[in-house]
Amino acid sequence: MKRYSALGLLRNALDYNRNWPAAWRSPEPKKSYDAIIVGGGGHGLATAYYLARDHGLRNVAVLEKGWIGGGNTGRNTSIVRSNYLWTEASLLYEKSLQLWEGLSRDLNYNVMFSQRGVYNLGHSLQDMRDIERRVNANRLNGIDAEVLGPAEVKRAIPCINTSPGARYPILGASLQRRGGVARHDAVAWGFARAADALGVDIIEQCEVTGIEVRAGRAVGVATTRGAIAADRIGVVVAGNAGVLAGMAGLRLPIESHPLQAFVSEPIRPVLDTVVMSGAVHGYISQSDKGELVIGAGIDAYNGYGQRGSFPVIEHAMQAIIELFPAFSRVRMLRLWGGIVDICPDACPIVSKTPVQGLYFNCGWGTGGFKATPGSGWVFAHTLAHDRPHDLNAPFSLDRFASGALIDEHGAAAVAH
Amino acid sequence: MAAGQPNRLPHGGRIDRSQPLAFSFDGRAFEGFAGDTLASALMAAGVSLVGRSFKLRRPRGIVGSGAEEPNAIMQIGEGAAAQPNLPATRVELRGGLNARPTRGWPGVRFDIGAVNDFFGRVLGAGFYYKTFMWPRSWWKHYEHAIRKSAGFGQAPDGPDPDRYEHMNAHCDVLVAGGGPAGLMAALAAAKSGARVILADEQNEFGGSLLASAASIDGVPAAEWAASAVAELQGLDDCVLLPSSTVFGYHDHNFLTIAERCAVHPGSSNGEGVRERLWRVRAGQVVLAQGSFERPLVFCNNDRPGVMLASAVSTYIDRYAVLPGRRAVVFTNNDSAYRAAISLAGAGAEVAAIVDSRFGGDGRTGPAGELGARVQALGIPVLAGHVVSDVAGRRRVTGASIARWNGDSWGNVRSTIRMDCDLVAVSGGWSPAVHLHSQAGGRLDWDESRHCFLPAEARQAHFSAGAGNGKWSLRECLADGLRAGADAVSKLGLKPVAVRAPDTDADAGENPIEPLWRVPAARDADRCPRQFIDFQNDTTVADIRLAVREGYRNVEHVKRYTALGFGTDQGKLGNINGMAVLANVLGKAIPEVGTTTFRPAYTPVSFGVCAGESVGELYDPVRTTAIHEWHEAAGAPMETVGQWHRPWYFPRDGEDLHAAVARECLAVRKSLGVMDASTLGKIDACGPDVVEFLERIYTHNVGRMKVGRCAYGVIPGEDGMLMDDGVMARTGEHRFYLTTTTGGAAAVLDWMEKWLQTEWPELEVYLTSLTDHYSTIAAAGPNSRSLLEKLGCDIPLDKESFPFMTTRPAVLAGMRVTLFRVSFSGELAFEINIDSNDALAMWRKIMEAGAEFDITPYGTETMHVLRAEKGFIIAGQDTDGSVTPVDLGMNWLLSKDKDFLGKRSLERPDCLREDRKQWVGLLSQDGRTVLPEGTQLIGDAGKPAAMCGHVTSSYFSACLGHPIALALVAGGQQRKGETIHAALSGRDPLPVRIVSPVFYDPKGQRQHV
Amino acid sequence: MLLIECPWCGPRAETEFSYGGEAGIERPADPYALSDAEWADYLFFRRNPRGAHRELWHHAQGCRRWFGVERDTVSYRIEKSYRLSGAGSGRPAAAHIEASKEKRR
Repeated sequence: MKRYSALGLLRNALDYNRNWPAAWRSPEPKKSYDAIIVGGGGHGLATAYYLARDHGLRNVAVLEKGWIGGGNTGRNTSIVRSNYLWTEASLLYEKSLQLWEGLSRDLNYNVMFSQRGVYNLGHSLQDMRDIERRVNANRLNGIDAEVLGPAEVKRAIPCINTSPGARYPILGASLQRRGGVARHDAVAWGFARAADALGVDIIEQCEVTGIEVRAGRAVGVATTRGAIAADRIGVVVAGNAGVLAGMAGLRLPIESHPLQAFVSEPIRPVLDTVVMSGAVHGYISQSDKGELVIGAGIDAYNGYGQRGSFPVIEHAMQAIIELFPAFSRVRMLRLWGGIVDICPDACPIVSKTPVQGLYFNCGWGTGGFKATPGSGWVFAHTLAHDRPHDLNAPFSLDRFASGALIDEHGAAAVAH
Repeated sequence: MAAGQPNRLPHGGRIDRSQPLAFSFDGRAFEGFAGDTLASALMAAGVSLVGRSFKLRRPRGIVGSGAEEPNAIMQIGEGAAAQPNLPATRVELRGGLNARPTRGWPGVRFDIGAVNDFFGRVLGAGFYYKTFMWPRSWWKHYEHAIRKSAGFGQAPDGPDPDRYEHMNAHCDVLVAGGGPAGLMAALAAAKSGARVILADEQNEFGGSLLASAASIDGVPAAEWAASAVAELQGLDDCVLLPSSTVFGYHDHNFLTIAERCAVHPGSSNGEGVRERLWRVRAGQVVLAQGSFERPLVFCNNDRPGVMLASAVSTYIDRYAVLPGRRAVVFTNNDSAYRAAISLAGAGAEVAAIVDSRFGGDGRTGPAGELGARVQALGIPVLAGHVVSDVAGRRRVTGASIARWNGDSWGNVRSTIRMDCDLVAVSGGWSPAVHLHSQAGGRLDWDESRHCFLPAEARQAHFSAGAGNGKWSLRECLADGLRAGADAVSKLGLKPVAVRAPDTDADAGENPIEPLWRVPAARDADRCPRQFIDFQNDTTVADIRLAVREGYRNVEHVKRYTALGFGTDQGKLGNINGMAVLANVLGKAIPEVGTTTFRPAYTPVSFGVCAGESVGELYDPVRTTAIHEWHEAAGAPMETVGQWHRPWYFPRDGEDLHAAVARECLAVRKSLGVMDASTLGKIDACGPDVVEFLERIYTHNVGRMKVGRCAYGVIPGEDGMLMDDGVMARTGEHRFYLTTTTGGAAAVLDWMEKWLQTEWPELEVYLTSLTDHYSTIAAAGPNSRSLLEKLGCDIPLDKESFPFMTTRPAVLAGMRVTLFRVSFSGELAFEINIDSNDALAMWRKIMEAGAEFDITPYGTETMHVLRAEKGFIIAGQDTDGSVTPVDLGMNWLLSKDKDFLGKRSLERPDCLREDRKQWVGLLSQDGRTVLPEGTQLIGDAGKPAAMCGHVTSSYFSACLGHPIALALVAGGQQRKGETIHAALSGRDPLPVRIVSPVFYDPKGQRQHV
Repeated sequence: MLLIECPWCGPRAETEFSYGGEAGIERPADPYALSDAEWADYLFFRRNPRGAHRELWHHAQGCRRWFGVERDTVSYRIEKSYRLSGAGSGRPAAAHIEASKEKRR
């Protein structure tokens, strides 16, 4: 891999940018690999990268049915935080956050991870109790967290409505200063480039149409570009997890729903941080280009359509105007939808399966983007060692039978 | 020529010269006329530099005349009524309008940032991703600098002074676009009896007809449009919506239209509705939104003075503005000839029409009528030539012209140079297929028209006119008629025959020849910039760079180069970009693919999407029938679910703690009264009601005698506590159920779902009574005396009316239902009364209670009193992961029956002895009130594993010390043990695990 | 916004309804006869198909009746809606109650 550097940028500029190499190759698929990752989103590419970097597994392919980063990786509001309620979840997300903190350097690709802080607003006494509980738990787990009063919130976010007469007055907030946003596409591209440099084959336009299981062991996949054998297969396909599970005769406790988001036209900087509110169901940040990036709620019905219903957008607009009355005249430029796969406890599954050599990483619901590096890191470990890392052991499939769920619904009523 | 309007034509146009309008731009005063847009007025005034591009800060002028405008992005108005980011082409001129450019520092005319243009090569596509990584922690500093130049306009500085509203509508046929095709479709549909809505984004219907030199049925096109509109207005059930953009085509033929009402965008009159969202469910839809002209891609094609040819015609013919004195027209199709004809007609000199076509056949111009007309006007045509570059920075001063050999990627030498101040370009047309695509419709590349056409529809819609690839006026009119009739037939109505009007407009008979990139003197990486996306400065070289670096999918290229991500959303540049990409990849355009269009077609305000539901109408607050009394008493309110409930009733400047201590003691010593009306209330009746409730609740419902009350809990099927409340058996086949305030609706839904979907064989009827009845809780040793004093028709003594029973009664002359239940542990009565009488009853109670020093209390005191007694608050002491067993409620779980959730309690994780269980906590120091949400740790050492958290915590005035309730791992077996509370900024505090019942553990006080 | 036909009230906007998940999930007659894994299957595991889906909707702001809908989860097209019991369910009278079984989550 030709490393990016300031000097390199200049040198290439002098040469009219004619000598930049491809960020990743586009190889033909081989007949077999040590490991196949199904799904070329951020999580899948990260898994391949960490497999190659940390576990010495370099004969690896990532199979993507469309273009890499074309699913939820490129359709989210790019928030990164680790201030989850339950220890199991917060430690997993914290691992991810720590990886984010060094990711641009690790990958030699600027993913623009911007630690602008994440505010979770509290609008009722119960919200504040929940915030206090979560912040205390975060701190004991070594995760930065603070509780702020309304005056401090107003100081940090001058355009927010802290009037006590508001319908949902702001009684305070939690703040995770290390949280923030990142450039979503860059994460996929950066992982792809770095994984490719370590020998991983990234194969786009290659849809998996079957999983071959022999004597209880997964031995390969059928694809639109031919059969490919593999010692182990990791499936990381977000909203399509259920479809892939069905190919191996498995069932998952997952339902897929539309989740919508939208951006405004670019306006001058007015919001310097990330603001989330569970009570009014909205979350917002402003991109480096000036767009307000806003997440709406989940549509209640099952859907794979990558689009939702307009009343959900109306509701999100109402929530944003409640929090930021001055944004009423700002205009929405574009709205889009993704497919989120949701587990009953709003926590992911990163797990072995009853089929030997077949592993699933799914169910991230609304929280997947922030987990990208951490998810890849623990999933790579799980594939490499055929057992979960301590961090993802609680996120196994068998928790649904034992009842040991990790219920993040309360803490992540609006999540992202 | 009008004063201060050097480019205004002396006559013509649809402007009203008798109505001059003063406005300001960039701090300078100008004048235009009614009927102008801001863009036409600026052009009339001779302003050509109106903006700066996003990245390179290149000087930019007006390019278009409609929604595709990428450069003239304005800030309109100021203060709270400001409107950022309006394209000047979409702003109708008003007197006093204050517009400012949005890019450039210190100003648009001199911009320090223009230095970026010189470093442009370093700032190529994707440069962000390759740099700013050193030193590691510096990204935030780089980003800080980058953010400084973010955005166009500024958000308003205060709450929106204007109102918005939503309008729901149904129609048979919605016609999107009121140009020639749309008008014909609307006429065809409406005359056939269909209910029609016709919406157009402009303030006048007519679309291209408003700037057309043609005539229809013998009258000028604009006149014909006016008569068509008049005809539609005369028809029943035809709603005409001007200034209304159909911006979203959603599932099930649901469309959203943003109507801009009377108030001007950049001002506010504080009354009326500024914008209205029409939410339309349409039977059929006709999409007639026209098409967008494409620019041509050549060196420095972004210079002010390079404009779309159709925009040139529009400014001349509709606004009577001459965009330039000496023009070069550059085209690959016939339509730009009309601009040349308009220019010549308006007195401008057309130096040449540079037409890339006809190079091989030795002709000097197009055949047919157009060729004849330009020849007659003496306009030279340079066939087989291209404009390869233009001179000038802030305004075009000349064009370099080269012979075109058909090779887009070779090099050419320009042989001709022409002075000019205007280059009118046309690279062909792209139908506005946005809504068709939003609706899930397929797009097909048309090899003869060189554009994407709407193909198979997925919902109930038809495309018509230029939006369907019909370029000539004659075809447009006929196609609109056809689409209208098709829609009518689909509806099952009989189309009434409508005659297609006749027109003298030319047909444009020479086919377009594709010209996706004009070659230059050097290769595409080294030649001067050739812009594709003007706003985002995406160039041909950027696309080549993206492909070189492996970003080959169209979505990757768009995201890597920002192509199509501007405020015009690629209306101007996307097709050129895709074609260049296809060229670079050596593929055909359809192989590269299309992009999916998403709402909004053009930007819409947050306000109009939100509608009325803002401010106090945002999730309206529910209040009880007694609310006005609480407000008058000065009680601060607590938000509980949708409700506002009095939190406490301060006297004489008391704070929360003082008031609550006083209120608590009053209840314990004498008499308190609380408005408990927000509790959910459900009437359940029917022959099978006992069986039904046995399955829902955990206790033995059937054993309750008529007149008895019982506390019940409702677990989910996963075994976790969902809600709780007191229920009363009011008849053999009738129960009165109460729920928590926040859980009322969910519990009713839960019950109905089981009843209707799983157990339809049970005959049970559920009715919500929450709003019907109000509940007043009178608690304290004097509560019985209070009721007696009020006058009650039934005996209230302990034997006649024991604890946990209910009786109908007449109290103070009003019919009530009395419940002897207690959430405070004191002798108490809950009075259920018709909500219409509740306030009167409350006043009587306050009056009668005076002798007992009756004390109204709020939610906080209620919480303290129940905590002293160890009663849970569902949702505060539980969080969806707590079973009734964890709460110590084994006594409530019947062993004799199944109930929902029972099986789940036997799962291994629910049987763990170290589950978090609900207990009481006492601070060892006897004075620290633990903050609610405090985490608990086993010992004070580090690192400490958390073993639980504080769910409720108060100072108990009655006990004289703090009390807390908590979920603690294995807590029920650990009573007497000392653990620690992890307090932020303090040493861990020892706390002792105790029973959650702190007060009157035997429960004697409520039985008196 | 979907247009949903309530079998009692006729076509209404989606905002009048609440969603109830997959239809046809029957509560086990004897939960105690089930292993933990089987019980988990009933509690949490859903078909979640990409395509035709039978699901429950509740006319929450109308007649408050639950009913069944066949909807495609990709195109969102609704093939039909049907009453869970009584006439008009489109199934044999004895079968319709069985077929209407479902469960939460």
